Amino acid sequence: RNKTTCLLKADIISTVEFNHTGELLATGDKGGRVVIFQREQESKNQVHRRGEYNVYSTFQSHEPEFDYLKSLEIEEKINKIRWLPQQNAAYFLLSTNDKTVKLWKVSERDKRPEGYNLKDEEGRLRDPATITTLRVPVLRPMDLMVEATPRRVFANAHTYHINSISVNSDYETYMSADDLRINLWNFEITNQSFNIVDIKPANMEELTEVITAAEFHPHHCNTFVYSSSKGTIRLCDMRASALCDRHTKFFEEPEDPSNRSFFSEIISSISDVKFSHSGRYIMTRDYLTVKVWDLNMENRPIETYQVHDYLRSKLCSLYENDCIFDKFECVWNGSDSVIMTGSYNNFFRMFDRNTKRDVTLEASRENSKPRAILKPRKVCVGGKRRKDEISVDSLDFSKKILHTAWHPSENIIAVAATNNLYIFQDKVN
Amino acid sequence: MSQKQEDENPAEETGEEKQDTQEKEGILPERAEEAKLKAKYPSLGQKPGGSDFLMKRLQKGVWGTISYPLTLELKWTIKSVEQKYFDSGDYNMAKAKMKNKQLPSAGPDKNLVTGDHIPTPQDLPQRKSSLVTSKLAG
Repeated sequence: RNKTTCLLKADIISTVEFNHTGELLATGDKGGRVVIFQREQESKNQVHRRGEYNVYSTFQSHEPEFDYLKSLEIEEKINKIRWLPQQNAAYFLLSTNDKTVKLWKVSERDKRPEGYNLKDEEGRLRDPATITTLRVPVLRPMDLMVEATPRRVFANAHTYHINSISVNSDYETYMSADDLRINLWNFEITNQSFNIVDIKPANMEELTEVITAAEFHPHHCNTFVYSSSKGTIRLCDMRASALCDRHTKFFEEPEDPSNRSFFSEIISSISDVKFSHSGRYIMTRDYLTVKVWDLNMENRPIETYQVHDYLRSKLCSLYENDCIFDKFECVWNGSDSVIMTGSYNNFFRMFDRNTKRDVTLEASRENSKPRAILKPRKVCVGGKRRKDEISVDSLDFSKKILHTAWHPSENIIAVAATNNLYIFQDKVN
Repeated sequence: MSQKQEDENPAEETGEEKQDTQEKEGILPERAEEAKLKAKYPSLGQKPGGSDFLMKRLQKGVWGTISYPLTLELKWTIKSVEQKYFDSGDYNMAKAKMKNKQLPSAGPDKNLVTGDHIPTPQDLPQRKSSLVTSKLAG
């Protein structure tokens, strides 16, 4: 507790994402950098040693910019990273800050041409007069080098701040969503995008809600959803019209008006929406709960899980310190049977949809040694606190887990706790 | 979680009654918190989701740094206000001040008050370097 660690603002992790095979794990941070981890190949000698993730590539994705027209700074913080499915030897990912989306190509180079005629081994130009013979350069093996190059820059399409990007299942298009608009892009075209959702009212005084997250359906390339600050989700079909302002489905849970309080709308604001891998369900995260919705039932969620209901009696102070506006993400496991989301005090929660059991775990160096099994945590609300329980009043609200990721097929999770990345694996006997 | 799993599934008949009492218990903490907040900030508006509130969010785009319009005095002192700059020169000056660097010199006469001359690119402080390695990659 007495240790003061120097926390660089730039090191705060702002997004975490596995690629489609789980071989790579990308993180983005507030300093605009992307760090990609690669899973070790399991060696034949150490069959029982699970592949660990090591740094594979790191690059500066976005730089801070200045908007001269509005005299505002544009943060370099990476809001989201989304991988493209692998189609050749190189890896492609999209990374975005508030205003600009970039397509990055990450490729390996393990050979180098040697034996140039006009350059010497150091690359210096040779005097042509000294060249008496010609040779053909040959490719020689070299130490593996991983390079990241920006292949496309999709800029100037968003007046407001981008909160989501989502790659379409057609692998040709993707969408970017800001507070009021959603744009559809073709990967090959950077100077044009289609606007597919626009909820900006003609008179800004009539503004009642903003877009908080958006995602394409995993299989149907014409379908996407977006969530709002009022706790609703709209499903849109791009075949219906060019501008999808009229939703195909509208998901909203009815609220008991006698429950309404000053905080109701704020805590109902959806911070994340994710399709299940099957495409049959969507999961939404609001301040206190995670909800699972069946696409075929719009009038209420089929499951609701309490993440940290004990915070209901802390809403006043959480409002004062702005924590009530924290945007937590949520994730499905590969088989859609377990869902996970973060909380405060470096806690994160998992809910098993089948057994209805849940667990609270902690991502903290002090409390877990490498390879130790994580111990379940418990928050004590009132009355007697048992030995291992933590009381609500001693929770550290500056230690929030907003971003987590789950390997697409295995029980490996990545948890971002401020400036630390934790990777947990299921223990294998 | 010390509370029992509150799996609010309205479809279950047996669960419905339970839910009623749970809902009633749920009202009390939220309303109590609301009363607390209104006691601290008497001029608090009824509905927090107005267009003013959302427009502020649009400008900054990040929930965590919104300065919600309660009693103006109180919020301004506690929270950092969305920074607006007059122009890029102003922005660069502010950045320089934050880093305690030298303000751009006005050429040979360092006592020249800023604003009396047109700065050149050489005068402006450098933007922060982007070549710092991420902690994760270290």
